[in-house]
Order: sequence, then C-alpha cells, then structure tokens
Amino acid sequence: MAGTTELTDVTRDEGALRRFLHGLPGVDAVGIEQRSAGLATRSIKKASKLRAIELAISMVDLTTLEGADTHGKIRSLCAKAKRPEAGVSHVAAVCVYPDLVATAKEALDGAPVRIASVATAFPSGRSSRQVKLADTEFAVAQGATEVDMVIDRGAFLSGRYGQVFEEIQAVKAAAGSAHLKVILETGELATYDNVRRASWLALLAGGDFIKTSTGKVSPAATLPVTNVMLQAVRDWHGVTGELRGVKPAGGIRTTKDAIRHLVAVNEVAGPEWLTPDLFRFGASSLLNDLLMQRRTQLDGHYSGPDYVTVD
Amino acid sequence: MTWEYAPAPESRAIANLKPGYRMFVDGEFVDGTGEPLKSVNPATEEVLAEVSTASAADVDKAVKAAHRAYDKTWGRMPGAERAKYIFRIARMIAERARELAVLESLDNGKPIRESRDTDVPTAAAHFFYHAGWADKLEYAGYGPDPRPLGVAGQVIPWNFPLLMAAWKIAPALACGNTVVLKPAETTPLTALVLAEIIQQAELPPGVVNIIPGAGDVGAELVNHPGVNKVAFTGSTEVGKVIQASLAGTGKKLTLELGGKAANIVFDDAPLDQAVEGIVNGIFFNQGHVCCAGSRLLVQESIAEELLDRLRARVSTLRLGDPLDKNTDIGAINSREQLTKITELVAAGEQEGAQRWTSPCPLPDKGFYFAPTVFAGVTQSMRIAREEIFGPVLSVLTFRTPEEALAKANNTPYGLSAGVWTEKGSRILWLADKLRAGVVWANTFNRFDPTAPFGGYQESGFGREGGRAGLEAYLDV
Repeated sequence: MAGTTELTDVTRDEGALRRFLHGLPGVDAVGIEQRSAGLATRSIKKASKLRAIELAISMVDLTTLEGADTHGKIRSLCAKAKRPEAGVSHVAAVCVYPDLVATAKEALDGAPVRIASVATAFPSGRSSRQVKLADTEFAVAQGATEVDMVIDRGAFLSGRYGQVFEEIQAVKAAAGSAHLKVILETGELATYDNVRRASWLALLAGGDFIKTSTGKVSPAATLPVTNVMLQAVRDWHGVTGELRGVKPAGGIRTTKDAIRHLVAVNEVAGPEWLTPDLFRFGASSLLNDLLMQRRTQLDGHYSGPDYVTVD
Repeated sequence: MTWEYAPAPESRAIANLKPGYRMFVDGEFVDGTGEPLKSVNPATEEVLAEVSTASAADVDKAVKAAHRAYDKTWGRMPGAERAKYIFRIARMIAERARELAVLESLDNGKPIRESRDTDVPTAAAHFFYHAGWADKLEYAGYGPDPRPLGVAGQVIPWNFPLLMAAWKIAPALACGNTVVLKPAETTPLTALVLAEIIQQAELPPGVVNIIPGAGDVGAELVNHPGVNKVAFTGSTEVGKVIQASLAGTGKKLTLELGGKAANIVFDDAPLDQAVEGIVNGIFFNQGHVCCAGSRLLVQESIAEELLDRLRARVSTLRLGDPLDKNTDIGAINSREQLTKITELVAAGEQEGAQRWTSPCPLPDKGFYFAPTVFAGVTQSMRIAREEIFGPVLSVLTFRTPEEALAKANNTPYGLSAGVWTEKGSRILWLADKLRAGVVWANTFNRFDPTAPFGGYQESGFGREGGRAGLEAYLDV
C-alpha cells in the first residue's frame, strides 16, 4: 500500500488515478462472502446485546426519502429522532430531502441530532454539475450539517474516474463545513472490486463517510459490501492515520442485521469505529425493531410492535 | 470503544453425556474385556466418561461378526436396499446434529462453531452422498458389476472423530462391505453415539462394529487375518508400520497420513481473502488438520504487508472455551500433542526463525496453545519440514512462480496445497505441477463428499470421497 505522500501523487491525473485504483488488491467474491457469513454466526447475548442495541440506536440516521414526504411527516420523524422513546437517547441524525431541511431544523430545535440531506440529484445523480452543486449549497443553506451525495455511477462504470473524483471534490467544497457522505450505490457497481475502487476514490477525494446505497436500488447494503468498505477505511487509516466513516443504508431492518454489521465493524475495521462519528445506519424501520429488542432485553419478555410508536 | 462479547456457551447438557460408554459389536453394546480408558475434556482436563476397550479376543469377535454379516446379509443385499439404511443414518445424524456437535467439542476440544458448522453437517453429507451410490455402482467406472471386498478394518484419528468415522463407514457400506472401526483413544465418544444411531437405524447386526482402544487394538485389527481391507488415517509413522505389516497378506490398503502443505500467495492475490485463507488454513481446528496450510509461501514483494495484515487478523481470533459459540480457537486435543507442539516451536526459535504469538489470554486450565506465526523460516528448519499439527504457521518467501513450485514440492509429503492469485492461467499451471492430492485455488480447507481427498508420497495413497473414493472399497 502506498504511503501518504504517494497518495497525493495518485490523484495527479486521470492515468495515475486509474493505475492506482486498478492496482488495489482484488476482492475474491467467494472469500469475502464466506468471511461475512462466518462473522454473522457470532452469538451476541445479554449485556453485550443490550450494549449493541443502544449503540446501534445512537448510530441511526433516521431517514425518510419519499416523494410523499410532508412537513408533518418530517416533524414526527424529528420527534422520534430526538427521543425515540422514554429513557432512550437520541439517534445520530435525520436524513431528508433538501427542501425539507428547514422543517427538520425547526422541529429539532437545537437538539443534538444532526441534519443530513441527500443532494446532487439524488438518487440517480443524473444532472449537470451546476445543478448538483446548487442542490448541495441549497441543502447546506437550509441548515443541513451533513450532505449525502451520490457519485456519478455512469462515469465510474465507463472508467472516467477523474470526473467522479473532481465531482466529489467540488461537492465537498460546496458543502463547506458540512460532513460529506459519499454514496457509492454499490448495487449498481455490481462487483466487489468496483466497490473497493469506488471506496478509495471517495476517500481520496475527501469524503468523510462512504455510504453503500441510496436505498432506491436493490441490492442495497449487504454484509460483504459493508465489509469491503470497512476494509477500505481500515486501510486508509493505516496509510494516512485518518479515521473515515462507513454508512450502510437500505435493507437493514432488524436488530439481528444491525448487530451483524456491528460485529463486522468491531472485527474488520476495529473497535475505534464503534461510534456514531464513524459508523451509521441509514434506516427507517430499523429503529423500531431496535427499540422493541431493547425492551425485550430489559423486561425479559417480548412486547410486540404495538408497544412502539409508528411515526 | 470496546465492546466485549458476553459468554455464549452451548449447554453441555445437550451432549447427553453418560458416565460410561461401551463398545458396539454384532449389533449390541457390550463391555469390552480390555483395560477401560477415560476420555478427557481437553479444555478442562476433567474426565468425561469411562469407555470400555477391546481386547484381542474382542477384536476377533468383532471381525467374525462382521464376516457373518457380510456373508449372510449385507454382502448380498441389493444396493437399493443398502441405500435405504445409509440414508437413514444420514438423516439421524442430521436430527441429532446439536447433540453430536456438543459431544464432539467436549471430547475433542474443537470450537462448537466448527463442530456445528463443519464436522457434523459434513458427516451427514458423506452418508447422504454415498447412499446415492449404493445402487449405481455399475456406473462408477469399475466394470459392470463391481464386487465388495468383505470386512473393512478401519482406524481413525482424533482430529475429526465423527467426520472421519463417516468418511470411512459411508463408502464401505455403500459398496457392500462390513466394518470394524477403531476410533482414536482420546476421542471415542461420538463414534459410539454413531453406533447408537446405526443400531436405531436397524442395520443388521455385525454390519458396523465399533471397538475403542489404543494403538494396540488398532494393530490387532489391521493384522487380523479376517480383515480384507484396511483403511487408516493418522500419522505417517504408524502408516508405515501398517504398510510393512500388511505386505504380502493380500489385504487392500489405503492410507491417509500427514502433510506439510504449502499455501502459496502471489503478489496479485486478493490480499484480504488470502489472509482469511491463511488463517483458515492453519488455525482451523487448532491446526490439527493433516491438510493444514502449515507452510505459507509468500512472494517476497508483498511479504511485509501480508504479514502485517496476518498478525492483525490473528490477534482478533478468540481463544477459549470450545463450547462458547464465539470461540475461534479451542483446546489442543491432549497433553501429548501440546508437548509436541511446544517442542517444535522451541526448535523453531532455536533455529533462528522469528516467532510472533497472538497476545490472546490463555485459560488457566486445559491444553491451549496461542496462535503462532514464524517469519524468516528457511526450508532447512524443522518447522518447515516436520508436521507440527498445531496452530503454528511457518512463513517462507519466494521470488518467482518456479521457485514457489520448487519449494512447495520440496517435502516428503503431498496432501494438499493452496494457490492465491487473480491470474487463472497461473492457477492451472500450478495445479498441474504441484505434487499434492488436493489443490485449492483462492480458498482453503473446503471439503465436500463429491471431491476425492488423498495424498502423494508420505501423505499416503488411495482417495476418499467422490467416484474415485469408491475404488478403495471395491474389488477392482
């Protein structure tokens, strides 16, 4: 693996970037899937389970990204984010479309919940650079503290890595102090080799987080894909000393899934990543399952879905 | 943040452990007249059960019972009928999978994750697979009506007690032979539960006989004049003794012996998966695997990086209670084995290899050895030549594919090998040139009843599994 100084070199031009990305070790699909399945057999019980549930709650980016979103929907989402239920501390962030950021900001009313907004012509990313940057600036101006951008998968798949790189840099600049999460849309990248290359591309371009999916394409977050991305941030840390985050999004609906991801974070990246600063779950229905399972741990019995609020 | 996993032990009550186990001869559980042995839990050093063993007279009884069963029922039974019995055994193993897994981990020391996910399901799979062959032997490529051999005397090791019993018994029965099997002295329990399954499956008396005991019982069995075929899995040393004693007797012999497999990693390998494969190759079952990838041959240009990644990964392996579902490395099977590993590791240090051992804590009781990696190993060192049969990896480097091949083949053994590269043509070139019975490409330690397994040179001869494995139990 290259050292820090060499990393500034690899983004010098399209050719250097291409050589670097294609020089990364390949990912054997059978092997990564076997390893992921092995990690999924970890048995997390009792105190360690409760700990994992509470950690997972604190890592949720509570999300609604529907054409049907309304101010009312956002307000109830924010109420849930601030106080998921009695005795449970807030989630990491809410994640909404740019035009609803102001509503979220008002509803959160200074609570320590961050406001993430998707931008850059989410989810397809098919628009002009100008529009994508305007989208980003608008979201930040409305009060977003985190921006979830999508990469240009078309450019990536046709090998125009330089274009993808510059666009991430431009969005990063437009986002200013807001945290930048770079959505790779791994379901469209299709191979693990591509996921690894796109992860490094996003890290090189300054993404604070790499995120699996928009949630609009299937498959979204899978354990093997999350593992490849965790390896990327681990290796990035090895080379640069910097800690960058990972956010699987879409398809994680149960506590069991969430715990499997946390086991991967713990054993693939390392325990330093077990914090909402470096790992998030992009999810909507996951939160209620976490709350139900938390209660099961505390009460010693299962209560059922009518005992958690549907917002 | 640290996140400790709470203990998640499988309940030992599931094993239905009994204070005493008896040998199985002629369809009945009977007291052997040999000196009883005590089977010990290597994780705690406590005695699990007392097991009656066979004397020379008992071996004779068992072989005679097997002969009667061969002559009267099993040898003349149509294959389609034999298949029904074998299918039944397979199903009953699957039904009692959890019990067998817990018992195996108690008796052997291997992590429950492995006995549950590998040993027991693969044992059932071997019976399922061979049941399918029983009525199709004329299509196996050994002539229009291949005949069984008679009584098979089988001696198995302690590293995969139930799975090795399955590897031996299933093909023997499918081909129409009857069986006298001796499980290993330190791990007889699951084979005797398998005997219970065989009894409940209502196999005719004498078709399978299981006689526990030490090496003397094994010697008695393989040398018994009534035995027509001998199958042995174990050490090369004992294999040689058996081969010498069987010379001229006309008994058919297959041996599956030791190994010192090379796991070859090229600079274009999928590195993270190669690290997993190396870990799985040498630390699976505490390295008590004859086909373990105990010699890592890594291309010099990536050696440092690969070793850094490997050490980081090995540090995450969880060593401890075999019954804990989160344990990756269990107990060494016996004090003798632990002594042997310790001795060879000391030799490695003395010969100048650089030792690194995982900082994982070791339990106070029981036989444990922390995962260990030796860097800077050369071909002449003992740890590069001798089978350690423990969680100890020897790392050597190479510069060119030819050098990798030469070093990989430079061993008296030849059981398995692994190749890690993204280049398909190189995999095919090496698979063709490596003198090893099994060559894995971009994976390691994968077993399937359809794939023949066996060795070259001092790793033995004969194949187990697949169509090729049937030959050992047919008169061809």
